[in-house]
Amino acid sequence: MRRAILIAVPYVWLLALFLVPFFIVLKISLSDIALAIPPYTPTLDLSQGWAGVRDFFGQLDFENFVWLTEDDLYWKAYLSSVKIALISTVLTLMVGYPIAYGMARAPEEWRPTLMMLVILPFWTSFLIRVYAWMGILSNEGYLNQFLLWTGLISTPLTILNTQTAVYIGIVYTYLPFMILPIYAALERLDGSLIEAAEDLGCSRLQAFWLVTVPLSRPGIIAGCFLVMIPVIGEFVIPSLLGGSGTLMIGKVLWEEFFSNRDWPVASAVAVVLLLILVVPIVLFQRNQQKQTEAGQ
Amino acid sequence: MNRLSWFNVVSLTLGFAFLYIPMIILIIFSFNESKLVTVWAGFSTKWYGELVQNEAFLNAAWVTIRVAVFSSTLATILGTAAAYVLVRGGRFFGRTLFSGMIYAPLVMPEVITGLSLLLLFIGIGLDRGIVTIVLAHTTFSMCYVSVVVSSRLVTFDQSLEEAALDLGCSAAQAFRLVTLPIIAPAVISGWLLAFTLSLDDLVIASFTSGPSATTLPIKIFSAVRLGVSPEINALSTIMIAVVTVGVIAASLVSKRAAVRRRLEEQTAARTE
Repeated sequence: MRRAILIAVPYVWLLALFLVPFFIVLKISLSDIALAIPPYTPTLDLSQGWAGVRDFFGQLDFENFVWLTEDDLYWKAYLSSVKIALISTVLTLMVGYPIAYGMARAPEEWRPTLMMLVILPFWTSFLIRVYAWMGILSNEGYLNQFLLWTGLISTPLTILNTQTAVYIGIVYTYLPFMILPIYAALERLDGSLIEAAEDLGCSRLQAFWLVTVPLSRPGIIAGCFLVMIPVIGEFVIPSLLGGSGTLMIGKVLWEEFFSNRDWPVASAVAVVLLLILVVPIVLFQRNQQKQTEAGQ
Repeated sequence: MNRLSWFNVVSLTLGFAFLYIPMIILIIFSFNESKLVTVWAGFSTKWYGELVQNEAFLNAAWVTIRVAVFSSTLATILGTAAAYVLVRGGRFFGRTLFSGMIYAPLVMPEVITGLSLLLLFIGIGLDRGIVTIVLAHTTFSMCYVSVVVSSRLVTFDQSLEEAALDLGCSAAQAFRLVTLPIIAPAVISGWLLAFTLSLDDLVIASFTSGPSATTLPIKIFSAVRLGVSPEINALSTIMIAVVTVGVIAASLVSKRAAVRRRLEEQTAARTE
């Protein structure tokens, strides 16, 4: 009995506030925009009984999805979000792996401190960390001041409000998500395996490629998913650092909802985004479950 | 693996410089006299003074703190229950769906979570305000709590619980007297994580808040869109300082608890 309550309370909570809302989004994506409160039709009218329900379903259609394919804005935004997410995941991996590797090789008494130093920015406000780059990357910002001072450039570089700024922002804010799983995998790695590889004639680089990297694969996979999936739907970074030239679907959805107040189209954008994310999310979950079971 | 090569040293140095220099610059320029954030014009704390008098920011901060306290407490209770069920609950109907719903919010884009919750609240006619933000924040942060707590539950020795049950504890007593003290550090860090996630959240709060409840991130975002300002630098510095002190204190407390536990175990072993 008690077990049933323990299961039921979080279960029902998630059903009501996580799963049911998705069906509402799906339903509204099939509705039409209207000048009313709420601003879409049809609304389900149960007072008319069965006829009302039939009438309601009769009015749903795929018009908004057709609209998404007709206007280039949407598919360009989807493509560019996926492209930005893939490139920035690779960049984050390239920046994060050497850091995680260095941490795992550091003397044991340093490791808790190094861990702390990685985790601390993760706890600090995301918005503030993105904001910090606005001052650095702007035309009269600190980076340009520094480069002008060193004489490397003679005119300020335009970085803020370009895709470069978006990549920098993503790598910076998502770096802890990449470092932590890779570090966890590398820390468990048995050092004698590398010694064995070297004894058997591998160079240090070969031992790294043939032993260390394959054994840290679960960490790399987890880190890449943790970066890539949320970045596809990212809103704050493109809107603060990307300027009007950066097209990302999270921003399009936001504007569709808050500026155009077109809820049905915003919902359709969300449904398609979710369809794009289903494959990586399921793969991520499998990876996590496998890890948990390996832990048990 | 205890040989740091020059490559390791360089990558650690550059990596941590990359992580910390932006925040250090932000903090330094919050003490800048000039309104122009990019030009240093002498030390001053006047932006902090202006911040304290800014009624709108103070109100938003108060809303944010209340939301964070309520949602993180609820999320800790629900998330711990969910973790316990997932790790110890055995098989039950719909377990796969349940674990899916626990992991999915971790990677779900915030715009989708926010939009879907808003449409739910409007659908059931709930007025948007503090309550709706609390419900929304609880939903996604309970999943983080559950992941943190279940990683602790997985590693701890289940025979301790079984021993308590054999010695006559009820299931509830065994949980309160044995399980809870052991997973307490994970529960506390889960609460802290939920608290900071709630403090930080802009996107979901923007969707689920109404005109009566503006949170600090919403306020900061609308100010930041107009450009960099020393007042926001000052506010950011305060938030960074609070989080830094909180996280370091929490880790020291849990480290001391671990040391004490080890000492107690050693004494117990010696007296046997």
